[in-house]
Amino acid sequence: MVEKRVIVVGAGPAGIRAAETLVAAGIRPVLIDEGRRDGGQIYRRQPDGFTRSYETLYGTEAARARAVHDTFEAIRDRIDYRAETLAWNVSDGRLWTARDGEAEAIPYSALIVCSGATDRLLPVPGWNRAGVFSLGGSQIALKAQACSIGSKVVFMGSGPLLYLVAAQYVKAGANVAAVLDTSPFMKRVRAAPFMAVLPDLLFAGVGLMRTLKTAGVRIATGITPVSIEGSDDTGVSGIRYTDGSGREQHMDCDAVAMGWHLRPETQLADIARCDFAFDAPTRQWLPVTDDDGRATSDGIYLAGDGARVLGARCAEVTGRLAAMAALSDMGIAGDPAARQSLLAEKARYRRFAQGLAIAFPWPHELAANVPDDTVVCRCEAVTAGTLRETVDIGGATETNRAKSFSRVGMGRCQGRYCGNASAEIVAAMRREPVEAAGRLRTQAPVKPLSIATVRNEA
Amino acid sequence: MTARFQRLAETDRAEVRFTVDGTPLSALAGDSLLTAMLTNGLSVRASEFGDGNRAGFCLMAACQDCWVWTEAGTRLRACSTLAEDGLAISTQQPGAAWLKNA
Repeated sequence: MVEKRVIVVGAGPAGIRAAETLVAAGIRPVLIDEGRRDGGQIYRRQPDGFTRSYETLYGTEAARARAVHDTFEAIRDRIDYRAETLAWNVSDGRLWTARDGEAEAIPYSALIVCSGATDRLLPVPGWNRAGVFSLGGSQIALKAQACSIGSKVVFMGSGPLLYLVAAQYVKAGANVAAVLDTSPFMKRVRAAPFMAVLPDLLFAGVGLMRTLKTAGVRIATGITPVSIEGSDDTGVSGIRYTDGSGREQHMDCDAVAMGWHLRPETQLADIARCDFAFDAPTRQWLPVTDDDGRATSDGIYLAGDGARVLGARCAEVTGRLAAMAALSDMGIAGDPAARQSLLAEKARYRRFAQGLAIAFPWPHELAANVPDDTVVCRCEAVTAGTLRETVDIGGATETNRAKSFSRVGMGRCQGRYCGNASAEIVAAMRREPVEAAGRLRTQAPVKPLSIATVRNEA
Repeated sequence: MTARFQRLAETDRAEVRFTVDGTPLSALAGDSLLTAMLTNGLSVRASEFGDGNRAGFCLMAACQDCWVWTEAGTRLRACSTLAEDGLAISTQQPGAAWLKNA
């Protein structure tokens, strides 16, 4: 008899709850973690020797962060945990990993992918300057390194993370010059009935606004980014934007943190040939799953923000559900009442996320209208004008063809930070809805591997 | 301004010494190489595509903007590498200077 092997990719809240559920059913899962330690990005642990408290690091989510970390410690000896290991390909029922230049193909009966998300970015003139960081990156600088990304920081974008990170910077004593939100304030009123489904999260958001206002931080909503100014040598020196009433504003700063909510890391699901569907409210292509997290390819389960961005709290729910689904498909029965309760909880987070998409929409029209001389691909400094030429001169009809012609999406980030905008630009050029521009196909390896990587046959 | 990152807390840590393009620098144990470099300067490398200096972007090993090299030629992602005593970092790919002069 072949032993059932379950692999979980990712050691954030979804991956840890999935592993915990498997361990409780008597399975010893392999847990692949790209990080040095468990926790993922949102509950990322600070390095050894740092002394800040859970309350300082995680604020209102301190108890949840501690519970997830404690669970990991409790199951640590009953799982095959592999830190600093990249999962980079899926083929023939095996997951390919790499660590320290050694590749390994691990066969699986079930593969639970909890790969998380990255910031969704919009190209702004000057966003390739030194001193511009993704919003999530600015949070990591603070959480994992106790640093501010600059001595005068502007936060620009939209979404709950924008206000959360700005407030965390204020509390940590950083100099926050402004929070610039592309979404008009009135959208939040329309979204309130959806977000009222989770009142404590809604109130947490109100609390962040209070922290920022008390600290005297300028908060502007309904803004349009104009440019991030500075020099090639020393980087960011200021920012220009148009305020909600149409007046151009300028502000000095030496750092900008930018992000428009998140996009899921769906590469492994794509390589495993799972079906994807266009999600109109977020204007993103997402892997198709059933309510429990089963993808359309056999043995593949998806959970957490890597499946659909529903936040860290919901990631714990979907991690459990995906593991229960995998167990059930292997003939190990679960508790139907527990499943029903998790599904009900997930439904509330889905409704809350609908509210977030209304309150803090992706400003797709800004992406579509990025000036021709703006860099869209930060990896290789390819401009929007070059991308547009692939459509009007090259005849590209969708984003993969445009990528072949222009290299937008082909650089070292593999489309993570240009893909959303590039689809909007191509679709707008063709006067088609964005879904007609398709989505960038994933190529293995999902991140750059050293050419010296060798296969470990052990 | 000579440093991009500003330390806000956790400064009571041991010192680590390393070099960047031959210049001796110091940072704190537990710093990522990116933090170590950006508390000593404004950027980690120059873009190969002529659009100026870069200082990393995502800090979560996704964007690959913070690539630097050891003097032995190994490529490192500064955001996910720990700063350690004796690290000798080159901000240019080995051979890049040689190619320019060829």
